[in-house]
Amino acid sequence: MAAPDLAPQPEAAPPVHTISLYVTNKPGVLVRVALVFARRGYNIESLVVSAAAKGDFSRMTITCSGETTTLEQMIKQLSKLVDVVHATDHTGTEAYETEIALVKVAAPLEARTEILQIAEHFGAKVADYGTDSLILRAFGSSEKLNAFIALLRSQGLLELVRSGKILMARGLDAT
Amino acid sequence: MSAQPPETPCGAEVLIRCLEDQGVEYIFGLSGGAAIPIFDALVESSIQLVLVRHEQGATHMADGYARATGKPGVVLVTSGPGATNTVTGLFTAMMDSAPIVVICGQTLTGNLGKDAFQEADVTGITYPVVKHSTLVRDANDVPRVVRESFHLANTGRPGPVLIDMPKDVSEAPCDAPLDPPIDLPGYSVVGHAKAPDVEAAAALLARSRRPLLYVGQGAVISGAGKVVTELAEKLRAPIVNTLLGKGAADETHPLHLGMLGMHGTAYANKAVVDCDLIFAIGARWDDRITGNVDEFCVNAKKIHLDVDEAEFNKVLRPDVCLHGDARLVLEDLLPKVGPLDTEEWLATCEGWRERYPLKYPKKGGLRPQHVLDRLNALTEGRAIITADVGQHQMWAAQFCRTRNGRNWITSGGAGTMGFGFPAAIGAQFGHREKEVWAVVGDGGFQMTLCELATAAVHKLPVKILVINNNFLGLVRQWQEMFWENRLSGVDLEGNPDFVKLAEAYGIKGLRIRRPGDVDRKIQEAREHDGPVLLVAEVVKEDNVFPMIPAGAPISSMIIEPPKERMEKPSGST
Ligand SMILES: Cc1ncc(C[n+]2csc(CCOP(=O)(O)OP(=O)(O)O)c2C)c(N)n1
Repeated sequence: MAAPDLAPQPEAAPPVHTISLYVTNKPGVLVRVALVFARRGYNIESLVVSAAAKGDFSRMTITCSGETTTLEQMIKQLSKLVDVVHATDHTGTEAYETEIALVKVAAPLEARTEILQIAEHFGAKVADYGTDSLILRAFGSSEKLNAFIALLRSQGLLELVRSGKILMARGLDAT
Repeated sequence: MSAQPPETPCGAEVLIRCLEDQGVEYIFGLSGGAAIPIFDALVESSIQLVLVRHEQGATHMADGYARATGKPGVVLVTSGPGATNTVTGLFTAMMDSAPIVVICGQTLTGNLGKDAFQEADVTGITYPVVKHSTLVRDANDVPRVVRESFHLANTGRPGPVLIDMPKDVSEAPCDAPLDPPIDLPGYSVVGHAKAPDVEAAAALLARSRRPLLYVGQGAVISGAGKVVTELAEKLRAPIVNTLLGKGAADETHPLHLGMLGMHGTAYANKAVVDCDLIFAIGARWDDRITGNVDEFCVNAKKIHLDVDEAEFNKVLRPDVCLHGDARLVLEDLLPKVGPLDTEEWLATCEGWRERYPLKYPKKGGLRPQHVLDRLNALTEGRAIITADVGQHQMWAAQFCRTRNGRNWITSGGAGTMGFGFPAAIGAQFGHREKEVWAVVGDGGFQMTLCELATAAVHKLPVKILVINNNFLGLVRQWQEMFWENRLSGVDLEGNPDFVKLAEAYGIKGLRIRRPGDVDRKIQEAREHDGPVLLVAEVVKEDNVFPMIPAGAPISSMIIEPPKERMEKPSGST
């Protein structure tokens, strides 16, 4: 079994940013956005696209890593895309953020109690109770999920699916 | 189809109607199965079809037309290979912010994604080289897509826009109104800059003693030439321009120092090194301008005026950014500035101009610079000159002093060989009454020379000046200077006899062999009422100077041919 992966990211790792795009819901918009990232060698870590409150528009929430100055310029290049209404970097703001993780862990009888204790501690629900495995569903900040998943690694983590971060600006600020 | 009333027009007919409403005079194109309905609709149209011999030529013609007139140029091609042949032209237009609209036929909607005959994912292939693109899936969208495409192509920072028209959409009935509202919530165009930024720029200028106006293509596009000159005169500041900004402000003006950058004039580049303020007007600090950017104008204040916000802080961090249209912003700025104390500075610049003039050897055969110098003199800087890419382009840029930005057309950002000649055809269609010269190298000309047929058919009076050195000259120069003269893949043995080639197309061919022939042959070409190909058999191994090796600081400019071998340049190309 793998040792718990609690080590923080190495110091040299480029900073992670969360940006939010408000786009017209047209074919090809996802490719146009992805190409801006690809061209500057920026790594997309998660990307969530969903319908916005107003029809014909979508939201994209993207977490990505790379140099801050490059991102600043990329935000302008994203805004320039005809289908992008606005692009905002929410890194370091007080926006409400959340994410869902589904984790499948091997759960032999002797390990179950501890797994369930970990789940309870993180407020995770058991989504599927199997004889040999469990699916746990947790949600919360990405950091919290990282910690949760790290603990489960030592328990025999079989599969992991994360929704990617979504976020919304607080109060009357626009996301 | 039979159920609908006969008067309902089809998508293709509506497309052509909408193009007419946009004021389109010419379509440059070449047909094929998926585009036949659109070509059919052209039969009844007031728009003149210019049948090209290769789709790349069509894109450059549209581009040359657009740059010469300021109106979007339009291209019509078929699906698959017809469409992929436009990619270089789209890229060229994208890099130089030229407004062209490329319409491609496409296979049936139901065939998309199934590798049907001549089905290419054209929107997919072209994403990085268009300002925007649309695959039309419903004939009723045609009027809106056309309006949006023209609006996008020629507002803000102009650029190429692509419309992909599946054959069934072209054939389907369309009864949508012809003037629907534009629906582009993600697109806006900026005009005036923010007032505090204009104030900040004025304040920086007021403190400058060695100011320099650095003028690019944006000034040509926005028609800012007149106000640039007024600003220079009011401030008493010298002007330099980029390859694409040539003539935005009249290059023969006493305050004008000509082109800066890799092959710019020595006095322009010396002014860049020594200025205490550099004001970019519709220019983007390209690597051909800055050389090693870490050493570029480190002690000078920088003001950057651009219509495209994404250009700010991209290459360097200016002290003031003015986001807006060049002409409008300069008109706002003009009343806020006064004369600067630049007497010494202007005298210094004049000193450089005298000490380091552009020059070339008068002996030892026919010199390309001599031919271009005379072309400039004989046309008095009033002809439209398009240049291809290579040494001849740089010599043309140096020796042809441009008096109006729309009189100088060349592929700058992309450096596309094969651009110059078709661009001249497009420019000539845009300005039937003007004198148009294509200055091309023997290499680049052969990439699109099939358009000699197009020039011949339309009896266009376009003049083609082939600077024939029997080499891919600019590459040969690099190999000579930086690669121990190990020539690899630059000898153009097998060149045709260009005079005979012209004659084969029914075009007048003329040859210059000796310096003494130059004036006479140029005049003979000018007086001929039709296309002329004038080939100058120049010395084979001449080099372009001044030169700043790619990636080096501007101060390392080489003014005279170097005696020793040079270090390989660190810059890319
Ligand atoms: C399509 C394309 N291929 C290759 C190049 C690289 N290139 C730049 S200049 C040049 C030589 C051009 O030769 P020629 O047209 O004869 O003009 P000259 O330099 O001799 O004046 C080449 C090959 C280019 N710019 N464009």
